[in-house]
Amino acid sequence: MTTRTVPPAVRVTGVRHRFGDTVAVDGVDFDVAAGMVFGLLGPNGAGKTTTLRMITTLLPAPPGTIEVFGLDVARHKLAVRRLIGYVPQRLSADGALTGWENVALFARLYDVPRARRRQVVDTALESVGLVDVAGRTASTYSGGMIRRLELAQALVNAPRLLMLDEPTIGLDPIARTSVWERILEVRANTGMTVLVTTHYMDEADQYCDRIALMHHGRIRAMGTPAELKASVDPDATLDDVFRAVTGDELRSSPGERMRDVRATRRTAHRLG
Amino acid sequence: MSEQLAVPLTGWGKPTPLSLFRLAISRIATMSLVEVQKLRHDRTELFTRAIQPALWLIIFGETFTRLRAIPTGHIPYIDYLAPGIIAQSALFIAIFYGIQVIWERDAGVLAKLMVTPTPRIALVTGKAFAASIRALIQALVVLILAALLGVALTDNPLKLLGMVALVSLGSCFFCCLSITIAGLALTHDRLMGIGQAITMPLFFGSSALYPINLMPDWLRFFNLINPLGYEVDGLRGLLIGTPAQLGLDFGVLALASIFMISIASALLVRLAR
Repeated sequence: MTTRTVPPAVRVTGVRHRFGDTVAVDGVDFDVAAGMVFGLLGPNGAGKTTTLRMITTLLPAPPGTIEVFGLDVARHKLAVRRLIGYVPQRLSADGALTGWENVALFARLYDVPRARRRQVVDTALESVGLVDVAGRTASTYSGGMIRRLELAQALVNAPRLLMLDEPTIGLDPIARTSVWERILEVRANTGMTVLVTTHYMDEADQYCDRIALMHHGRIRAMGTPAELKASVDPDATLDDVFRAVTGDELRSSPGERMRDVRATRRTAHRLG
Repeated sequence: MSEQLAVPLTGWGKPTPLSLFRLAISRIATMSLVEVQKLRHDRTELFTRAIQPALWLIIFGETFTRLRAIPTGHIPYIDYLAPGIIAQSALFIAIFYGIQVIWERDAGVLAKLMVTPTPRIALVTGKAFAASIRALIQALVVLILAALLGVALTDNPLKLLGMVALVSLGSCFFCCLSITIAGLALTHDRLMGIGQAITMPLFFGSSALYPINLMPDWLRFFNLINPLGYEVDGLRGLLIGTPAQLGLDFGVLALASIFMISIASALLVRLAR
């Protein structure tokens, strides 16, 4: 009898990435077990988004350094893209289309068969609570609704790995909770793996099974929220952990580019 | 939500020429549908874009027809001009399409599209032909206006279908040229500047406004390497029956489009970084 090892949802080994002279990611290693909510935590410019974009195939990764469910991201781009759902940091729903049309667009791009397409789109919208407003153009949605719409777009191909880049940036606390509730609900129903970047320590503490703390392109600490906090002090918060592992450095991160900062602020502004 | 998660299937990672062709057709249909949906929600662009070709036909065309300043043989000048204006309005729409792609980059839409299982080349092909939807609507507006102004246009459905194909190919080429410039320029401002700098030379360097035999030699040479010249020649042959090298016109535009799709696909990656 042969035993078959189940590959992790994501395996990142010694990944580096530069933008010109700037080292954005500097030798990052981590595994994300299937079914887990894994958080990449760190300030702007820590290298979280760059790491995520390499996993999505948007940025080139050297062969063999990133695998998604055992598939090498550099060699099997299209196969990897079939397995993932991606919500970028910037608000990416098309305001000129209705909610339904936004989701249907991605159903077509993921080649959902025509016979099932309507049902799949309706189900995705239902899972994020947007069925009643599906006929309105997305430009009339609130920030939280747009985020949920983007979630529906990412879920339309039933991804095994859902990747969210700062999904709650700029949202008010109620909308943040609503977005997380939807993510966790879908994950509970499907068993999908969730990889999320955030710089909100409280969210990472509350919703992530496991966290990697990134700073200056490197992972400074990794573990469950409880393990990380216990490693500093029994009463520590993740903020304390972060200060402890980064040495409370205040200088801006080298990977933070003006374009990134502008994009973050633009997203926050659009969300009100 | 469905309980069944996506699973890897054999062959997903290796597109064959046939699967790539099917994907390209599927993406053309998808992107075209999106364009139609957007136009259905907001029709203002259809009216505002119709103003310029209408002015060319009504003011420039009517005036120069009366002046008889440009010799076009036995064909009234306005008849000669109408196909040129169709090509020009398609060019003006397509050449600034890169701005939309840069907006999509800034909004995160492009990143999300590029993470779908769509090879870059199929994505660019889809977008390029979708851009021709707007150009074709403009062509329809010009045809109606031209008919109202008494231009003797063909009513042969095959020739009109040929016009649709020619306008689509021309739009595809110039749209991909615009995406290529977007991939190099990376910002709205630079793309606007370059777009404005090349649009008029392309337009005046074709036979859209005047016959080739009136051009100086250097301009004739430019017309020879200008895809707009082939589009105008083909449209004129199809719509008003002037002598045209239709095989050459279609061939050059098809090859130029394939070449430009390849370049634009390679440069699209730069926009996503």
